[in-house]
Amino acid sequence: MQKVFGRPQGLTDLPFHYCPGCTHGIVHRLVGEVLEELDIIGDTIGVAPVGCAGFSLDFFACDFVGAAHGRAQAVATGIKRALPDKIVFTYQGDGDIAAIGTAHAIHVAARGEKITTIMVNNAVFGMTGGQMAPTTIGGQVTTTSPYGRDCALVGAPIDLPKTVATLNGAVYVAACAVDTPKNILQAKKCIKKAFQVQQRGLGYALVSVLSTCPTNWGLSPVDCLKWLQENMMPVYEMGELKMTEEVKAL
Amino acid sequence: MSKELMKGNEAIGEAAIRAGCKLFFGYPITPSTEIVEYLAKYLPKAGGTVLQGEDEVASINMCYGAATTGTRVMTASSSPGFSLKQEGLSFLAAAELPVVIVNVNRVGPGLGGLGPSQADYFQCTKGGGHGGYRQIVLAPSKGQELYDFTLEAFDLADRYRTPVVIMADGFLGQMMEPVELKKPAQAELPAKDWTVGGCRGRAKRKIASYALTNEVGEANNLHWQAKWARMQDTLQRWESFHAEDAEYLIVGFGTCGRIAKSTVLAARRQGLKVGLIRPITLWPFPVKAFADLGGVKGILTVELNFGQMVEDVKLAVECRTPVFSHNRVGGMMPSEGEILRKLGQVFGLAVEV
Ligand SMILES: Cc1ncc(C[n+]2csc(CCOP(=O)(O)OP(=O)(O)O)c2C)c(N)n1
Ligand code: SF4
Ligand SMILES: [Mg+2]
Repeated sequence: MQKVFGRPQGLTDLPFHYCPGCTHGIVHRLVGEVLEELDIIGDTIGVAPVGCAGFSLDFFACDFVGAAHGRAQAVATGIKRALPDKIVFTYQGDGDIAAIGTAHAIHVAARGEKITTIMVNNAVFGMTGGQMAPTTIGGQVTTTSPYGRDCALVGAPIDLPKTVATLNGAVYVAACAVDTPKNILQAKKCIKKAFQVQQRGLGYALVSVLSTCPTNWGLSPVDCLKWLQENMMPVYEMGELKMTEEVKAL
Repeated sequence: MSKELMKGNEAIGEAAIRAGCKLFFGYPITPSTEIVEYLAKYLPKAGGTVLQGEDEVASINMCYGAATTGTRVMTASSSPGFSLKQEGLSFLAAAELPVVIVNVNRVGPGLGGLGPSQADYFQCTKGGGHGGYRQIVLAPSKGQELYDFTLEAFDLADRYRTPVVIMADGFLGQMMEPVELKKPAQAELPAKDWTVGGCRGRAKRKIASYALTNEVGEANNLHWQAKWARMQDTLQRWESFHAEDAEYLIVGFGTCGRIAKSTVLAARRQGLKVGLIRPITLWPFPVKAFADLGGVKGILTVELNFGQMVEDVKLAVECRTPVFSHNRVGGMMPSEGEILRKLGQVFGLAVEV
């Protein structure tokens, strides 16, 4: 029988531990496919966050380092400065990168650190049970905003990619989603580009992926996709937010 | 070999370069700033890179990343900055990563002041971060030792796969002294067969400390503990000065050890049998130095804090002899005479000051 679909080489054959319907798995697959297609599995070091993707270091087929909560980009900086010819990427949740790790998110971009960041934005702290994140939408109910996020009280959500795009060292910034087949394909293109940017040594590349958390949103996986489209997409600027001329020429 | 006149902090920087340190990540803070400044000037000429992090948290985590590749890496700071590195140190200990960290202590708590202090003794030696870990802590007492111990710290870090802290103070860091720029020892070190760097041609590797299975957590902790016990066995180091026939022992490290030496000589001139134990490894604490107390009638520790090392001395002595403590804080230093007076006072000796 002919095999028509399988795991990409960029992933190990360990079953994901993510909740059913969680789109972390889709993002993993996209990264795994890109690692395989660019033939960089053997040249790449990934840095895992603290969050639901804390065990992603078992799922990717490349070398991996586990960082403290929020510190993945500082760790990646150390690796890249030691091994400038290798490919280094971080895989981080929205809490990891836009709450506790914000300083590093700004400064790697400002320095033009030649690393790639995949940010998975599910608008909550998934790992710890669905608390409010800086990315939680106005009115969104979480365990620490039980009456809905009151933006007058705690501020409006941070659009981190938009902020990062203002920094000179960030040469490629994209915001995607994995809610439809079309958007999944688009997200893969962006992720691939973000790695190619690093292969050419052009500067810092960030791809944000709007993602779902059925467990903590309290919705079915399908309803989650709808919730993402109706509530997250209007808040976060979508698409390729920034591309320098060099990146456009890729 | 000729000697160079240099600031203590510069001696640390020069030793790091000669030890083959290739990366330095730091954030300036007095009184350690000359280390990052010296390295910013000279490390690039030796093929290395200095990167000023956005803060100390970033710097220690950059060190963590660099260390996973097996590259020799260092950071330096002073007390408030060292506080910010504590989470990182816990992660380094758990992931067993070799990094050299210099803490040129300043006065605390809070923002404190810039004078000499040893108030970070607990923080350095007891695992200032979470989770109960150990790290090697070396206490130099002069420019030459700042140089020598920094050279050696890189080998110790690699040999034991551990963070190594050099605990100095503002007095040592700022003072100009002649330093002999010795070549690093050609130590035989274990192969770095655990580093990440791309898995082409070999199995994938990962470096992390996460374990949500309690059995795995216990096994990990037992593994670390066995290593720390081995280090306690083999690494204890101290200097004895007129201690063999001493009836009264002073115990002091770093700057205090240095001042205590002249106190010992002054006491001896008065016919008092006073000696000195100067701990060089603060962790592992040199318990062995107190194994045979012979005719020792009492011990006086001298510290630039309210009495921190004295707890380790008491644990080592196990109530076999009385232990007193003389302390100066806030950037003040004890004089030879004042230590002598304190000896007289606590042990009922007739001393002339
Ligand atoms: C210093 C520190 N503070 C808090 C935590 C607890 N914690 C673990 S994961 C997490 C948030 C994760 O959220 P996110 O980054 O959005 O990832 P997700 O699980 O949603 O994918 C928090 C607060 C921690 N591990 N370390
Ligand atoms: S808690 Fe949410 S983000 Fe985490 S695995 Fe489950 S669904 Fe995914
Ligand atoms: Mg999240």
